[in-house]
Amino acid sequence: MKNRLKVLRAERDWTQADLANALAVSRQTANAIEKGKFDPSLPLAFKISRLFNLSVEEIFIDDEAS
Amino acid sequence: MTDNKHSETICTQHNNTNILNLALWTLAWVASTALLRFGAEYIWDYNAAYSIIVLITHLALGAAMIMVNVKHLANLDELQRKITMDAMGITLGVGLIAGIAYEQLEDIKLITFEPEINHLIMLMAFTYIISILIGNRKYT
Repeated sequence: MKNRLKVLRAERDWTQADLANALAVSRQTANAIEKGKFDPSLPLAFKISRLFNLSVEEIFIDDEAS
Repeated sequence: MTDNKHSETICTQHNNTNILNLALWTLAWVASTALLRFGAEYIWDYNAAYSIIVLITHLALGAAMIMVNVKHLANLDELQRKITMDAMGITLGVGLIAGIAYEQLEDIKLITFEPEINHLIMLMAFTYIISILIGNRKYT
């Protein structure tokens, strides 16, 4: 699943470590989600959406829908 | 971000404490395995009472080790847990398939020695380590 995490993170001038800390996950996990290698669970996706004040659909792009 | 960093630091400390706990309980269990195996022969001369006490201690330490491992798994984040669970699944499958095949080798006269459980444990340990390494590489 593609996502806009890298752009959103860059807009806020956050490092991957900052994002990982904010989500209480490892940097490896934050990196894997950002690169689209790992799809987060629904609770983690909602946590990400709350962090950026955006809806889940505004952050994650459903490959099958496009 | 400061609060988040603080919470992450606490989270990491919890993980490190859990890993240390797991290592200590595993070490205790391994030591009790050695005591059970060699104690009867070299220390208490196969006295049944001592053997039963050490056996119960060995099983209790094993149960504690499992509980600590469950707690450790619960404290991993979801990707780390996935990597670990995948590795455990592969190890269980390899252990089952290879174990049954290995056990048959003597019966069908392909080997002349009796299959040893130690060989299976070593195979499972290597499988687990390699699976963890591949899992980590896959998500890096």
